[in-house]
Amino acid sequence: MPHDGHDHGPLSPSGHPYRPDQDAPLTHSQILEIAVRELLIEKGVATAEEIQAQIERMDARSPALGARVVARAWSDPEFKALLLADGSEACRQFGVEVEAMKLLVVENTDEVHNLIVCTLCSCYPRNLLGLPPDWYKQRAYRTRAVREPRTVLAEFGVALAPEVSVRVHDSTADMRYLVLPRRPDGTEGWTEERLAALVTRDSMIGVGVARTLEAAG
Amino acid sequence: MSGAPNFLPPYWEAQAARPRFSMGSKVRVRSGAPLGHVRTPWYIRGKVGVVERIAGHFADPQELAYRRDGLPKQPLYRVRFALEDLWSGEAGYDRRDTLDVELYESWLEPFWDYGGDFEAQAKRLEAEGGGHAA
Repeated sequence: MPHDGHDHGPLSPSGHPYRPDQDAPLTHSQILEIAVRELLIEKGVATAEEIQAQIERMDARSPALGARVVARAWSDPEFKALLLADGSEACRQFGVEVEAMKLLVVENTDEVHNLIVCTLCSCYPRNLLGLPPDWYKQRAYRTRAVREPRTVLAEFGVALAPEVSVRVHDSTADMRYLVLPRRPDGTEGWTEERLAALVTRDSMIGVGVARTLEAAG
Repeated sequence: MSGAPNFLPPYWEAQAARPRFSMGSKVRVRSGAPLGHVRTPWYIRGKVGVVERIAGHFADPQELAYRRDGLPKQPLYRVRFALEDLWSGEAGYDRRDTLDVELYESWLEPFWDYGGDFEAQAKRLEAEGGGHAA
């Protein structure tokens, strides 16, 4: 409010300028989503509560689930063998449904480093890792991971020894991929719970490695 | 297509289900550019790789995309390519660095290795005076 013959202009009561709203116009896909969702509710195909519940189910999935699977594989050689031979079956026995897709688990070792990408879209083991990170869906990652994986890995902070070979997996069809990271040294005898805390999302995509003991604190 | 029967006589059904390639087969990805929904990345078309494994049988996504049943199910392969072969002309690739891609059988053709590429072979023949280059 103007007073004393002068105007504070666009200042908040605290004396700072108001920050402009960051609302952008809806994109085509956002409008489409709203239209389809409203139609589904209007026509009685699904209720708003059901849609909300499904969103919550999706949001509840997180890399913590994948980390538990990895920690089990580090602790139990039999489970690890099954996980590498038949990822879907191993997860089922562990209590995680991977649904229609087939889970393929690839192991990082002293000789091989695996890296996952989906150049066509954003295929990702959502049941184990939750929603993919934004960079995973971006063109820069999708084009560069298959062309200069060593450079991409270096940018993610993974310095590979020259004797380690790189295996990129382009997830183009019905497989979903999980990287079994290398177990950090000095973790002998750890419980699965402690081990799982070392397993990062990025280490299961292959753009990272499991936390070292120093990093884990 | 929608009016066609979605079954095959047993013999053809069995033929369609039997994978044409096995682990270790050398294959070339077709270099076609069909319209519609395709799940073969552009950058591997025409490239030669090796079957890493048969990943199972799946309904054809090129058909599923148009609400057809995609049957009979197709063998799906994981084919391994050397990065060096994919990005030919770019120096600095470690020969051991590879890329695995999932590909449906209809996208693969057998690759017969004549001991090197044709151009090199033609040059060699020319040098030997074979005269087959033309």
